[in-house]
Amino acid sequence: MDLKDKILELQRRREIAAKGGGDKAIEKQLSMGKLTARDRINALLDPDSFHEYDLFVQHDAKDFGMDKKELHGDGVIVGTGTINGRPISIFAQDFTVVGGSLGRMHAGKITKIMDHALKMRMPLIGINDSGGARIQEGVNSLAGYGEIFFRNTLASGVIPQISVILGPCAGGAVYSPALTDWVFVVDKISKMFITGPEVIKSVLGEEISQEELGGARVHAEITGNAHFFAHSEQECFEQIKKLLSLIPWNNEEKAPRAVPKPPKAEYDIEKIVPVDPKEPYDVRDVIKAIVDDSDFFEVQELWAANAVIGFGRINGETVGFVANQPLVLAGVLDVDSSDKIARFIRYCDAFNIPIVTLVDLPGYLPGIDQEHMGVIRHGAKILYSYSEATVPKITIILRKAYGGGYIAMGSRHLRSDFVFAWPTAEIAVMGPEGAANIIFKKEISEAPDPEAMRREKVKEYTEKFANPFVAASKGYIDSVIAPFETRKYIAHAIEVSVNKDAGLPRKKHGIPPF
Amino acid sequence: MNNSGNNKERGIIRLWDADYPTMLTKKFLNRKPYVPQNEKIILSFMPGTVQKIMVTEGQSVKRGDALLILESMKMMNRVRAQSDGVIKKINIKEGESIPKNHPMIELE
Repeated sequence: MDLKDKILELQRRREIAAKGGGDKAIEKQLSMGKLTARDRINALLDPDSFHEYDLFVQHDAKDFGMDKKELHGDGVIVGTGTINGRPISIFAQDFTVVGGSLGRMHAGKITKIMDHALKMRMPLIGINDSGGARIQEGVNSLAGYGEIFFRNTLASGVIPQISVILGPCAGGAVYSPALTDWVFVVDKISKMFITGPEVIKSVLGEEISQEELGGARVHAEITGNAHFFAHSEQECFEQIKKLLSLIPWNNEEKAPRAVPKPPKAEYDIEKIVPVDPKEPYDVRDVIKAIVDDSDFFEVQELWAANAVIGFGRINGETVGFVANQPLVLAGVLDVDSSDKIARFIRYCDAFNIPIVTLVDLPGYLPGIDQEHMGVIRHGAKILYSYSEATVPKITIILRKAYGGGYIAMGSRHLRSDFVFAWPTAEIAVMGPEGAANIIFKKEISEAPDPEAMRREKVKEYTEKFANPFVAASKGYIDSVIAPFETRKYIAHAIEVSVNKDAGLPRKKHGIPPF
Repeated sequence: MNNSGNNKERGIIRLWDADYPTMLTKKFLNRKPYVPQNEKIILSFMPGTVQKIMVTEGQSVKRGDALLILESMKMMNRVRAQSDGVIKKINIKEGESIPKNHPMIELE
């Protein structure tokens, strides 16, 4: 055999292996409305940038007839490439090869590329499409999952980790995505659960479809496990590229700068927010009136919509936004929105992204269900995250900031660097109605016309306390600013915070209220 | 990306004596009302199959007495009385599959 023959033999082997589970299995994959693992990688990465490794890896299982089975690539494709010209590592489970089931060598390929990603300080994208553990491999399969979880945890906060759920992801397999930073799901394609409908039916007698139990909408809307919801794989890939354009490549870098652009003229900040603190509006319009090109990339849009989180740019620099959403549940904090906000703050802090907080909330949501679900423990996560974060923290109080909500939402007392308030801000222990009813209880009940007295006392309280100047007089607020000055003040605050050095006491790690 | 819409409806939240017009989420609207615990009604703590009933109606029981065996999650769970009393009503049969929070036995 001369060199030419050897190269031909290599190509022959590559072609066979690249077919994965073969034509029939590929046809089945496509008929389910899914792309193949290889097409997914090519759709996501820059053209011709993908370089594959471990194509010829073979499993070494012997039991249950596995010794006679050849599984191409052992059901997973791994490699490196670029996205927008920046290096990235990726693995994609191949459902056409024994359902993308995870055996020892399959897991070994994944952990090898994870080790690369961490060593090279580049993001890792994992495309999940797997029936779960390869049962024939027994404890070796479980060991594989454990090795992946361990690396997910080590890499957490060092490199961005992205999980894309493009098929089933069940049982132990769900915990790798759960440990990563960002989970992307696609309607009708993604399915995630610990125990599937069959097990639930046999054990508990409850019937439910896969879609209702753990479909994309469930995780985007109800559980909060997913961060981005798309209607198609293509839309999902666009979302991933957009996210990657906004975040840094590792925890020692800053997010890539873009060319600064002004917000679009259609978002007039002075026309968005009603002066009456009880009237709703969409706080995302306020963010769009502040950020470059009015381009706001929202995270977890469907879950806990009473809080809004996401990324935008100010003068070309990526900023993480946290805002109360008066449009939904009056913008209260509750169990879910606390979790949503707290985790996002930790992401921004880990990856050097300044945090801008927009405050307009009546407080925490009262209710037996909230108390019994542990709103104390969940609410504490916000306090913990803000207090611990050392990135530049800028807070704008738009209207009401009542009670514990005022303290939690990036207040001066949690060491926000800059706290600004609009003239419409009301900073108080509670709203004027509730406060007047408590403070003037006696006057109101003993008045000849209690209703008139109540109105008078509410007005008195509103005039005295429902403004930003009491807090400003104590220095809790740095400046009272007009709404149209918001962008300018934020941009300047970020500019002067560039060398921020906020020391924390030396410790191994804290004990956050998980 | 525009996924907002059909999972919310208009409504009002009353907080500290003030009304806030806003959108109410499905999760908020579907929250379960709180039901205080009643020791006299023995609820199934999990869905399962009634394997054996050890008491009859009219029988006196003491706190801690075994009332029935509920098979759930492959375990034979002995369900015991939470207070002294007399068995007023038995709502289940041996071999019956029951959902969670099913009132199995009532005491008086």
